[in-house]
Amino acid sequence: MGVSIEVNGLNAWYGSNHTLQDITLHIPANEATALIGPSGCGKSTFVRCINRMHETNPIAKVTGEVKVGGVDIYSETSAVEVRRRIGMVFQRPNPFPTMSIYDNVASGLRLNGYRNRRVLDEIVERSLKNAALWDEVKDDLKKKSGASLSGGQQQRLCIARALAVDPEVLLMDEPASALDPVSTAKIEDLIFQLKVQYTIVIVTHNMQQAARVAERTGFFLNGRLVEFDSTHKIFTNPGDKRTEDYITGRFG
Amino acid sequence: MVRIRFQQNLDDLKEKLLVMAGMAEQAIQRAVEAYRVRDLSICDLVNRGEMAINRLEREIDQMSLDLLAMEQPMAIDLRFILSVIKINADLERVGDSARAISDRVRELQAFPVAELPIDIPRIANLASGMVRKALQAFIEGDADMAQAVLSMDDSVDKLNSGAHYTLLSLMKKEPGVAPQALNALMISRALERVADHATNIAEDVIFWVRGADVRHNVGAPGNSQQPNGR
Repeated sequence: MGVSIEVNGLNAWYGSNHTLQDITLHIPANEATALIGPSGCGKSTFVRCINRMHETNPIAKVTGEVKVGGVDIYSETSAVEVRRRIGMVFQRPNPFPTMSIYDNVASGLRLNGYRNRRVLDEIVERSLKNAALWDEVKDDLKKKSGASLSGGQQQRLCIARALAVDPEVLLMDEPASALDPVSTAKIEDLIFQLKVQYTIVIVTHNMQQAARVAERTGFFLNGRLVEFDSTHKIFTNPGDKRTEDYITGRFG
Repeated sequence: MVRIRFQQNLDDLKEKLLVMAGMAEQAIQRAVEAYRVRDLSICDLVNRGEMAINRLEREIDQMSLDLLAMEQPMAIDLRFILSVIKINADLERVGDSARAISDRVRELQAFPVAELPIDIPRIANLASGMVRKALQAFIEGDADMAQAVLSMDDSVDKLNSGAHYTLLSLMKKEPGVAPQALNALMISRALERVADHATNIAEDVIFWVRGADVRHNVGAPGNSQQPNGR
């Protein structure tokens, strides 16, 4: 099941650049939460802080508290465990190009020490089914490489790979921006199905997409969280003038 | 400022709706004048005007549909276009009411003029005053002014109920003037509906400006922000 995420006073820097300033918000379990805002506003940095990827950059620094399912991910657990509990899907599908479809999905499990063939088969099948890809690839699991799939299929393969290690949270950074409308629709349908089991945080520049898939939406601007509310409120009657200017295209 | 073309399209839409509003308001004034002076040539003007109103209604709906489909507006822009669509429908119905009044005036021509103890021009003044004020609120994006329109509806309702009671009593007492009284009653009813449409328009302005749905007295007060740019 998904878990809630509590963020309190989160600050992040790249060198001297203060990219996230005092972010506090509560992301409920088993919902999709969309993060919107102009390029460079800090939304991607925010999701990278939630699974401790921000700190992989040597000039990056983070302060504040991020609790995932009640556990402080910066003080009470390891980065490796955090990344198992919190899967991530990126803008461009990034399957391991030389691996088969099967091995792509199983890669995280093998890294975590899974060797039993039957268990691996089961989890790979379940993950591909949860990512709505199974029916399209079940006959070519070990014959075809991940790179041989279409862009939309590759993205769902990456989702299956993230799901295989049984995460509680799925972070998606512009997961459909490189996809055609049909593949985008499949990803969006998938988000609806995945919410039942996972907590989803999706960064998107496509506001209609945020409106379609997310229960809640946060608007970031210049490293600050300007407004966080129900998606309905944000897109029909936002409370902050800056949010309204952004979503109606009156920015700049 | 970006999305300049979209902004221009919204301005064009607003302008077109205001043309429609002017025609609807004029139609009511003409219909009541036709009643007052019993002039069928004014009724013809009302009928011709109604056709133009119907044509504009379709154009405004088409423009709104295009903007919704092509621009996928959000927040205040989305509320604006939704309000325009609804105000458009109300204005068309105001045109229908004017037509209904002019039809009654035609029918009255077959009967001698009867002195009726009701004040149709007064009801008409109040009802068209409400339409004018609701549209002024729309032009200025002023939710407070729209709110004031809502409280005016009761007076028109009362005048209409009073006319109803008076004319029914008259028909019982003097059956000879029943056709004139019946037509006057229907005119009063048409004007009361005009006031209802003005109320709807005012509610749509409040929805546009504040994002608050105040229909049927259940809306929570929204924020008092003013729309920008239009």
